Amino acid sequence: MTELAAKAEITNPTGLHARPAVKLTKLAKTFPNAAVQIAVAEAGPWIDAKSVVKVMAMKAVRGAFLHLRASGDDAAAALDALLALVHRDFDEGHAAGADAAP
Amino acid sequence: MQPAPMPRHELNGQPAAPGIAIGSLVRLTHQVQVLRQAGRPADEAAALEAAIAAALADLAVLSAEAGGDGADILEFQTAMLEDDALREPALAAIGTGTAADVAWAESLEAQAAEYDAAEDGYFRARAADVRDLAERVSRHLLGESETALPAGAIVLADDLTPSRFLETDWQGGGIALLAGSPASHVAMLARARGVPMVTGLRAVDAEGHAHAAVDGGSGTLWLSPDAAVLADLAARTAQAAHHAAAAADGLLRPAITASGRRIAIHINVADPAELDRIDPAICDGIGLTRTELLFPANGGLPDEARQYAVYRRILQWAGGRPVTIRTLDAGGDKPIAGLTVAGESNPFLGLRGVRLSLARPEVFAVQLRALARAAVHGNLKVMVPMVTVPAELEATRTLLLAAIADLHAAGIAAQLPALGMMVEVPAAALAPEKFDAAFYSIGSNDLTQYVTASARDIGAVAGLADVRNPGVLRLIGEVAAHGKRVGREVSLCGDAAGDPALTEALLAAGLESLSMAPNALAAVKAAVGRCP
Repeated sequence: MTELAAKAEITNPTGLHARPAVKLTKLAKTFPNAAVQIAVAEAGPWIDAKSVVKVMAMKAVRGAFLHLRASGDDAAAALDALLALVHRDFDEGHAAGADAAP
Repeated sequence: MQPAPMPRHELNGQPAAPGIAIGSLVRLTHQVQVLRQAGRPADEAAALEAAIAAALADLAVLSAEAGGDGADILEFQTAMLEDDALREPALAAIGTGTAADVAWAESLEAQAAEYDAAEDGYFRARAADVRDLAERVSRHLLGESETALPAGAIVLADDLTPSRFLETDWQGGGIALLAGSPASHVAMLARARGVPMVTGLRAVDAEGHAHAAVDGGSGTLWLSPDAAVLADLAARTAQAAHHAAAAADGLLRPAITASGRRIAIHINVADPAELDRIDPAICDGIGLTRTELLFPANGGLPDEARQYAVYRRILQWAGGRPVTIRTLDAGGDKPIAGLTVAGESNPFLGLRGVRLSLARPEVFAVQLRALARAAVHGNLKVMVPMVTVPAELEATRTLLLAAIADLHAAGIAAQLPALGMMVEVPAAALAPEKFDAAFYSIGSNDLTQYVTASARDIGAVAGLADVRNPGVLRLIGEVAAHGKRVGREVSLCGDAAGDPALTEALLAAGLESLSMAPNALAAVKAAVGRCP
């Protein structure tokens, strides 16, 4: 079974915070036939992209590179969908700005 | 007659809300203590799973009621709680013989502590969400529900949140807090509702005590009060009722000083339900409606229709008397999940009041639309909290005018209410003439804490946060004088307004309008009559 890998910069202002983490894990869960793992460094630690607890615990901030790897029948589709979500800034627009105000 | 000396059973704290209450003692604890007997690991695991399922059901109900950002936060909490990874450490500990409640509390606290340690402020703030989840599940594990505080009990707790206070039926009950401060928000609520409350008891060993009595006037808690204490308290309760009846006689008369100055007496409203028990004829109107407390425990602000219904109901109650509604004053000691910024190092100097509203215009606009629609139904005055510079008042005016234009364009009745401001930031109190406010209302609690540099939630400096400080009284006097010069009303709506011991000093500073908790009205009217 092949494993696919990709990476993308997190560019939304508050990073992979609560709302994006929920979106990411929910999207990952729509691919039951794919195991998806993410990390903030190529060397890992790699965590399950379907666990919001673990995704939040990564505390990935803006500017971090999100590394993704996927295996299973839906690996390609899952990776495409998740990459697109990161590239769209998790569909956050600027609405999340106030949450992150210093 | 001296009762048998039982020093361990009589404890002294700070008086926070007057009155005497006697009842069964309920210890409210956030820390999981030995309230449960641990069963076999399989039973403990099942108990934890059941408690998590019940907490998820609570969240589903809350989500259905909340909108916008509140719903987002609840969705996040739901996703966290549904995730097996959250409960795995607790289940592992249960497998080695730990009780479910202890395993859950300890493992969740460890996860919250990880967020506390984050460099990024946003992630740090998520510790509060984890603790909120931990508590929600613990309550079910321990068989408590949010509304399970029995009516009429003496509640002993470390501290109490305003939302928990508002959920509880205090009829005949009282509150004893180990921490807290008489200036806290929950103490204000206790005074408004006439619930006796003592704060700052520090440490109380309540084990083995099933009954207690609280005297909020002297700041005393008795554990297992004996017959002599109970007889003494009964006598004082009867005496207080006698005084209250005498004061009630003067309640319907206007407040006039000995020299004939007419003082306008308004009431502060936290919960529209309390208006049902009040005859509007006893006051000159409503001087402060705390909108952040109108909507407790639903995880977010209600939508425009619900806000409008509440505002309209208050205006209808007042029947043409002025009704001052303060725009959302969240932040400081009044956090709202999903709206205020968690983890600020000094929330009283942070993004609160109008600062927060202007940072969240999408939330603010909903409130302004509801207010503009309600303005059609009575004498509405809209008051903006925590104004520091004129631009904040003008930005609010611009948003309010835009909301009215939108409503009119949609064919919905709306009108511009009088737009005034709270004077609680020293910068505003020193230069009121810079602000184009239709009226000024001095928020003496915040003004006092800012002028005396004494946080109102820190009991150790409560004595310094004194409105009688000459610096504070001078500022109040100058704002009152400015109001007289330009013909705009200056009122005062902090706790000081409801303290008859301060009435003379406030009137001497030039104030002719006060707004206070409804149950303070009779005593303050009587105090006005004694003033020169």
